[in-house]
Amino acid sequence: MKPRYQKFLITHASWILLLSLLLIWEIICSSLKVPEYLFPAPSAIWSAGVARWEVILQHALQTFFTTLAGFAIAVAVGLLLGIAVGTYPVVYRALYPLLVGFNSIPKVAFVPVLVVWFGIGTVPAILTAFLISFFPVLVNVATGLATLEPELEDVLRSLGASKMDILRKVGLPRALPYFFASLKVAITLAFVGSVISETVASNLGIGYLMMAASSSMDMALVFAGLFVIGAMGVGMYELFAFFEKRFTGWAHRSPGGAF
Amino acid sequence: MSFVSFDRVSLAYDEGGPLAIEDVSLTVDANEFVAVVGPSGCGKSTLMKLVSGLSKPSQGVVYLSGEQVKGPQKSIGMAFQASNLLPWRTTLQNILLPLEIVQPYRSQMRRNRREFEEQARALLARVGLAGCEDKFPWELSGGMQQRASICRALIHKPRLLMLDEPFGALDAFTREELWCMLQDLWQESPFTVVLVTHDLREAVFLADTVYVMSKGPGRILVRKPIDLPRPRTLEDTYTDSFASQVHELREHIGRIRQT
Repeated sequence: MKPRYQKFLITHASWILLLSLLLIWEIICSSLKVPEYLFPAPSAIWSAGVARWEVILQHALQTFFTTLAGFAIAVAVGLLLGIAVGTYPVVYRALYPLLVGFNSIPKVAFVPVLVVWFGIGTVPAILTAFLISFFPVLVNVATGLATLEPELEDVLRSLGASKMDILRKVGLPRALPYFFASLKVAITLAFVGSVISETVASNLGIGYLMMAASSSMDMALVFAGLFVIGAMGVGMYELFAFFEKRFTGWAHRSPGGAF
Repeated sequence: MSFVSFDRVSLAYDEGGPLAIEDVSLTVDANEFVAVVGPSGCGKSTLMKLVSGLSKPSQGVVYLSGEQVKGPQKSIGMAFQASNLLPWRTTLQNILLPLEIVQPYRSQMRRNRREFEEQARALLARVGLAGCEDKFPWELSGGMQQRASICRALIHKPRLLMLDEPFGALDAFTREELWCMLQDLWQESPFTVVLVTHDLREAVFLADTVYVMSKGPGRILVRKPIDLPRPRTLEDTYTDSFASQVHELREHIGRIRQT
């Protein structure tokens, strides 16, 4: 049995770290008298956030729904392509190099193209979020399907199972942990995508808010925006981590292996 | 009338490549228990793939109940060294899997589910797994998993059961227990068995006929009927007649390994 303070330390480790970092940050800023327009202290960020909460909320909601829309498309497309790539070796051969190449392109370089096609605003942000986040879903689903034990496949095929049977009874359930793991990565990437697009080409969203605030040297508001994005990312990550545990608990049964 | 027959069958996995098996002719009668032994890499598993239609012979013909094997066969029971149970299904659900795939059970699944479950429970109880129905495979020991795996291979009453070193990963005591279990199941309601193994005692204990294969390419060297009365007990394995039959097989294997 571990001592109680040690247990407390482990369960609240992330909060303790966050609070101590903020405290150190505050102390550095106030003791060195760092000007607020360069590097605001947490207290200044907090008061800026509280004072402008309506504006922040409006932009945050925009970013949130943009991200979710892009993420939803990414999940659908990633799932379908992942099933195709993981099931048919031909599709894997044909599509994979192309996808890897595409995924290597920095998506920020793609935003201007999207702007030309769809104009400034929500659509390029949704598409950027989609483009940046579908790849991990695809790769994970394909991996989950492709790593099916050949012996298990033999067992099923000698029962007369069709390809569809194997996919439904074994392939998809087996790929589910991979799928949920990829959702956690994809949702955080989707935030990156939508905010990138907003900073370049939008007049709505946290990305836009931060660009506008930094051009008027309102660094406290910029940082408040950063914190809001981070908080939304952590929130969604935890949500999908919860789903993962709920639906694929069988894959995370080793004690202490629950990431 | 033979149930399985190989007529001068050869197989090369790559066209023009090395032969995995060469000029194999053998017959298995209905409800006969056949064991195939040989050094590793002698193409024992290839035989199984040929019978089940998962591989096609490069030369020769494989017949199953009088018909030429052309594609994957329906409703053959298979079990391997790894139990390959699905970790997201309980033991009972795992056993029911073949009934969800093989006709006519498949179309009766919805109506007769309760009845099928009863059958599965009875079979599990028969192999000493009563009370484990609702446990997940990873909650079972290796020996129990293998029992469940054999139940899954038998639940749909296949006329042919193929076993590829099913007891290879078990400790000696568990292995002997499962030999007896398999013999009892087979004697109660006979079916045809092809057992691939490298354990000579196992082959002599269980089989009516033992085939010894050479390696690279695999050929049938010896066909040896085992004339020991049934049911055989573990005590019998210490008799002189048992030992001399094992010894004879061992000499054949030794000769192969020297060449």
